[in-house]
Amino acid sequence: MSTTSLTDRLGSLLMAPVHLLMRIIDIPLRAVQKTAGIGGMAAVFLAPNMLIFGIFVLLPLVINFVYSMTGGTAFFLSERNFIGAEQYQRLFTCTNYLDPMSCQEDAFWTAVGNTFWFVILQVALMIGLSLITALILNRDLAARSFWRAVFFFPVLLSPVVVGLIWKWILQRQGLLNFGLYQFGIEPYTWLTDRNWTFIATIGVSIWAHMGLYTLILLAGLQAIPKDLYEAAEMDGTKPARVFRRITLPLLAPNLLVVVVLALIKAVQIFDEVYVLTGGGPGTSTLYLTQYIYETGFASTLRNPGLAAAASILMGLVLVVLTLIQLGIGQRGEKKGKR
Amino acid sequence: MKTKSLLAGAALALLMSTAAHAGDVRIMWYSDGVEGDVMKDLVGRFMKENPGINVILDNVAYSVIKDQLPVQLEAANGPDIARVTAIKDLSRHWLDLRPLVKDAKYWDDNFGAQADWMRPDGSKQISGFMTQITLTGGYANKTLFDQAGVPLPGPKATWEEWAAASKKVKDSQKLPFAMAIDRSGHRLTAPLLSYGANYVGKDGKPAPLDKGAKDFLTKFVGWVGEGSFAKDVWVSAAGSTYRAAAEDFINGQLAFYYSGSWQVANLTTKIGNSFDWVATGSPCGPAACTGMPGGAALVAVKYTKNPKDVAAVMDWFAQEKIVKEFSERTLFLPGHKGVVDKGGLDFKTDNAFAKAALTKYVEASKTTADTALKLPGWRWSDTVYAAVVTRVGQTLAGELKLDDAFTRIDADIAQKVKDSGL
Repeated sequence: MSTTSLTDRLGSLLMAPVHLLMRIIDIPLRAVQKTAGIGGMAAVFLAPNMLIFGIFVLLPLVINFVYSMTGGTAFFLSERNFIGAEQYQRLFTCTNYLDPMSCQEDAFWTAVGNTFWFVILQVALMIGLSLITALILNRDLAARSFWRAVFFFPVLLSPVVVGLIWKWILQRQGLLNFGLYQFGIEPYTWLTDRNWTFIATIGVSIWAHMGLYTLILLAGLQAIPKDLYEAAEMDGTKPARVFRRITLPLLAPNLLVVVVLALIKAVQIFDEVYVLTGGGPGTSTLYLTQYIYETGFASTLRNPGLAAAASILMGLVLVVLTLIQLGIGQRGEKKGKR
Repeated sequence: MKTKSLLAGAALALLMSTAAHAGDVRIMWYSDGVEGDVMKDLVGRFMKENPGINVILDNVAYSVIKDQLPVQLEAANGPDIARVTAIKDLSRHWLDLRPLVKDAKYWDDNFGAQADWMRPDGSKQISGFMTQITLTGGYANKTLFDQAGVPLPGPKATWEEWAAASKKVKDSQKLPFAMAIDRSGHRLTAPLLSYGANYVGKDGKPAPLDKGAKDFLTKFVGWVGEGSFAKDVWVSAAGSTYRAAAEDFINGQLAFYYSGSWQVANLTTKIGNSFDWVATGSPCGPAACTGMPGGAALVAVKYTKNPKDVAAVMDWFAQEKIVKEFSERTLFLPGHKGVVDKGGLDFKTDNAFAKAALTKYVEASKTTADTALKLPGWRWSDTVYAAVVTRVGQTLAGELKLDDAFTRIDADIAQKVKDSGL
């Protein structure tokens, strides 16, 4: 009894400054509530967050759009001249969009093509492999926690470290060629072959990010009630049908999250590829973000306006893709409710 | 009374912190060889002699100087002093030290020959001084040539003769490649000029690629195709990204490596006694046997908050005795007329190859073509270099045909000139 009252008193003592603070805050908030009304208080509480969002997201977005309408090599807006949609026109000047070399900005269209194929292949493979891994890790394996950690470990690495590790493995005098040489196989220049390099960037990015998506899918799998599987087993349902009829539909919300995240991340691919291949050989692994970076910041006579225009287009593509996926998700939810 | 004391204390702290910042001079520095260590030592000595100025030496990678510093400068930021190679291209960002240095005549007399390289066209400002004068040139792995029984081509040997001899060494010694040249427009310009190329048009702006340039580029692409020249270094990046092939030479994987005088200290340190090497100068073409001059300059940045302290630092490092010591310890060719005229540089190395290489570069500088001497001070050099590297890289990767590459190089340069608004 005495212990409880002592704890209570100690708790009251510790909470006293908090209570005092709340009372002080209460005074202006009541005044605000009188003006804004109870309904308006939600907006008041959201305001600080919206302010940060506005300063760090919306404002740069607007400034970026303004940049895309200006020309010259200067960085300060005051030193740049307004040229309207000329940068966009330059990006779209093409006789055949499927042949980048027929375009004025051939590097942009090469990057668009590379990014398109990268996104298609990488996202499909990533989701497939993440799902298979999650299904395996969801079973009663020996040392299951160890395997989960093994698959998640690359996610913890910095993209630059990922790029460097794989560069040391794949370069001419790298670990892979050393291993092949031990088996009497002639070493190969993996990072100077256009096709192999493209495959390498897909493989490395899957290796680096798969752990996160596996974890999300694993969480989804563990949330599926076990009795559904038990009922299916009692009915003698085949495993493939169980997967199609129980696992996949119940995993759909998690899969949607994974698809959205993987897609956005794939379109934005930059750091590990920049370290691993530098966009080469030639431009075979030049992706959109690298094109934007090099056009705006790294090339001789930088063109921030052109880079801004390309990034606005990339942003639009991402918004459209996300909206399509959210639409598909909402349709799925409605179907589920029916 | 208590409030007054608190306010006074706060004001004093503020004043003290401001005073500490007033004497700060930040130098952004990169190293090819041992010059970072030498500079660190010299900075220490400067601060002992000038206790009121705190010099902060930021040793960064060359890519930071090449890619990040220009962006900082465009945003009116950056260090107070920087060691740079794009000295003309960025010249609008340099501080005019003329009214700030102790003796402007000393600067004009000793650094005047390269002053135009680092100031805007038509200006008379003193922007800084060359920490080293460089010249592009070749290095041969003499041990590999000897083992293959192939004699080293003579001083007037052509690019074709070097390619043929190196190929024999490659085949005999089972090397991955015979020759390599850095992925750099500056490096590639030397053989282009030897083949008679001229980048500068009559109006001072870039001219379309001429026969000389096309001739060497055609040969170069052919040599890479047949495996004489290393492909890796050229296709290992997109765009105008710089890549050096020094590591392949150091690892004994190349018979011939074309780079420049700044590699002497690097090769001396890293090769040691592993094999014998010689500097060969620049192979000849039909028009000349020229290397490309250049170098790195220490320049003051005009966005500095402490111009007087910056000038004091620059004055100290530009002293004849300091330039001489820096050159001797780094194995760099000095850009100070007094030091060059007096001669007697005692390069601090016991390595016979390094000493011979430095002598070779001094000799080779006498055959530098006039066009080559003008290019470091030409506004559009870096623009041409970037376009050539980008498109040749794509050609070597199999993305472009050579004729298309030529068309693209001309178009890229024309577009950049248009973008600049000049």
